[in-house]
Amino acid sequence: MKEGYRKERLDRGIKVRSDDIFLISSHKEILYRLGPWIISILGLLALPLFQSVIGIYWMNVLLLCCAIALLTVSWVFLASVGLPSLGQAFFFGVGCYISGFFGDSFDWGPMLTIPISTLGGAAFCTAILFPVLRLRGVYFGLITFALPLLLMRLIDATKILGGGEGLTGLPPFHHISVELYLVIVVMFVFILGYRWLFDTDYGFVLRGLRDNDRAVLAAGINIRWYKTQAVFIAALPGTFAGAVLTHHYQFVGIPAFSIEYSLLPLASAIVGGAGTFAGAAVGAFILVPISEILRGFGTLRMVIYAIILVIVTVGLPEGIFHYIERKYCQFERLVSIDLVGEKR
Amino acid sequence: MIANIFLYGSVNGVILMLSALGFSLVFGLSGIANLAHGGLYILAGYLAWMLLNYLNMPFLLSIAGSIIIVSICGAALYRLVILPIRGITFSEIIATYAALVAIVEFFRWMGFITYEFALPNFIDGSVDIAGATLDYQRLFIVAIGFFLMVFLWLFTHHTKYGLALRAIAQDEYTALSVGIDSDWAATISMAVGGALAAVAAITILPLGLIHVNLGYNVLLIALAVTVLGGMESIAGLVVASFLLGYAQVLVSTFLGTHWVEVVYLLTIIVILAIKPSGLFGKFQELEERV
Repeated sequence: MKEGYRKERLDRGIKVRSDDIFLISSHKEILYRLGPWIISILGLLALPLFQSVIGIYWMNVLLLCCAIALLTVSWVFLASVGLPSLGQAFFFGVGCYISGFFGDSFDWGPMLTIPISTLGGAAFCTAILFPVLRLRGVYFGLITFALPLLLMRLIDATKILGGGEGLTGLPPFHHISVELYLVIVVMFVFILGYRWLFDTDYGFVLRGLRDNDRAVLAAGINIRWYKTQAVFIAALPGTFAGAVLTHHYQFVGIPAFSIEYSLLPLASAIVGGAGTFAGAAVGAFILVPISEILRGFGTLRMVIYAIILVIVTVGLPEGIFHYIERKYCQFERLVSIDLVGEKR
Repeated sequence: MIANIFLYGSVNGVILMLSALGFSLVFGLSGIANLAHGGLYILAGYLAWMLLNYLNMPFLLSIAGSIIIVSICGAALYRLVILPIRGITFSEIIATYAALVAIVEFFRWMGFITYEFALPNFIDGSVDIAGATLDYQRLFIVAIGFFLMVFLWLFTHHTKYGLALRAIAQDEYTALSVGIDSDWAATISMAVGGALAAVAAITILPLGLIHVNLGYNVLLIALAVTVLGGMESIAGLVVASFLLGYAQVLVSTFLGTHWVEVVYLLTIIVILAIKPSGLFGKFQELEERV
């Protein structure tokens, strides 16, 4: 007798129990639910303490990881409200240039310029994107693709803000630990904050913008105003990341608008798992170290990146985070099936 | 001066049209925004160069070889990369964009950025027209552009395959129900798109050096022309190419070559902001704005 098998996927018992009110009934279930968060938060906060062991080079990589993670989180937020961006470098570069301008002209320190460029940059980006917010999907993507390139060419051609050479000698942070903790904390604030925001009534409207904006419109809600707010909220982590990295490198130039800062967050979101903020951060923390390891390959780095991106988009469309989540929450077993049309 | 601007503007218009043709055709016929178009373009240029210089093949043979290989690459790109994610517009964009980056950066890594990488002219020499000097290569470009437009119009309006492709562009489900295989149709359109990119590369690249960044530039041109002309209109493509062609010549004469790309990017942004369906687009005005 021939037998067929198929895989059956079931939720783990602990997952089912901890999903419900029983969560508060046992330490084990609370730990199961919060464990991944606690471990990743504490782990990241502990990493800067081992500076002397890991070395300053990898501290810089950690900083870049967090910056890209912030850009990716911003990308996921925009994509979740139906505004997929192909140019996160726009937010990043605007943050860079605003803090660079204040640092260069008035010699203001990072603690002053970072809040200014985060809020001011987000407002600037929102103002620029405001006229095109009625566009959806691909068309919005095209605009955001063109914007950073346009700003790059304009700065290069008009020679404002340092032109092609950029602004150098900006005021630095006192110590790398300060910026690391700042970035790590802000990253978790944005991830958890966005998660919280999407569970509120306000977030429900935002998600409705992607799923069916005409239904939202029919409900008497001004979708343009909501999209404006969404762009402002999503621009915050991007401009913040730009401002921090500007003071870290003590330099700002047209590479701030380079296509790499658009491609990396995209790749991170796809590799990590589109649709979740934690997944976006996971993707960034996988791809950026890989990129640093690949640095020895020179320009081949971008090729390998692009190929990873193609393979993951096509082969693992759910992303790494969703894969891990499934393993964490569910188990698989083989069950026998009757083969249809097969003679016994 | 004016004759010069007019003449070179027109030739530039044809160049832009040729550069955008493959992208526009694929988008119009199968709805795929094939961002790898620029990659296929420089791939064709470098392939022709490699066949000429590494394998010492005759000029015509290496041209034909490059066109065929690139059109196979276009079809393969569809079957391997786009088909599994067909319909998820955003994944399509990411995958084809990544393919573009992979191709362009691969050639940069290979070191194909020096002065030896140039394709030969079909025929050297030049001719004087109304006081302006025009070389034969640019005349070839105009002739080939004209020929291709006529050919494509006949292909899409008067052949069985062309009509099948347009049927799918208009209504995929109805086309399926009358027995048109949409996957094969899309494969064919990607192959034709690849071939068009290759033809454009081989006719245009002899004017200068082959440079990897042309991959991004050509994509930018294709996007600007397609956005300006309207996403599915052949007339729009022609008009937009000529408008941008004249704009390019005027801008590089009076402001400097730095500003040419600014013109393309501004075109994309302004047109999308003001009239997203482009100058001649008909169907999408309702779709894309709320």
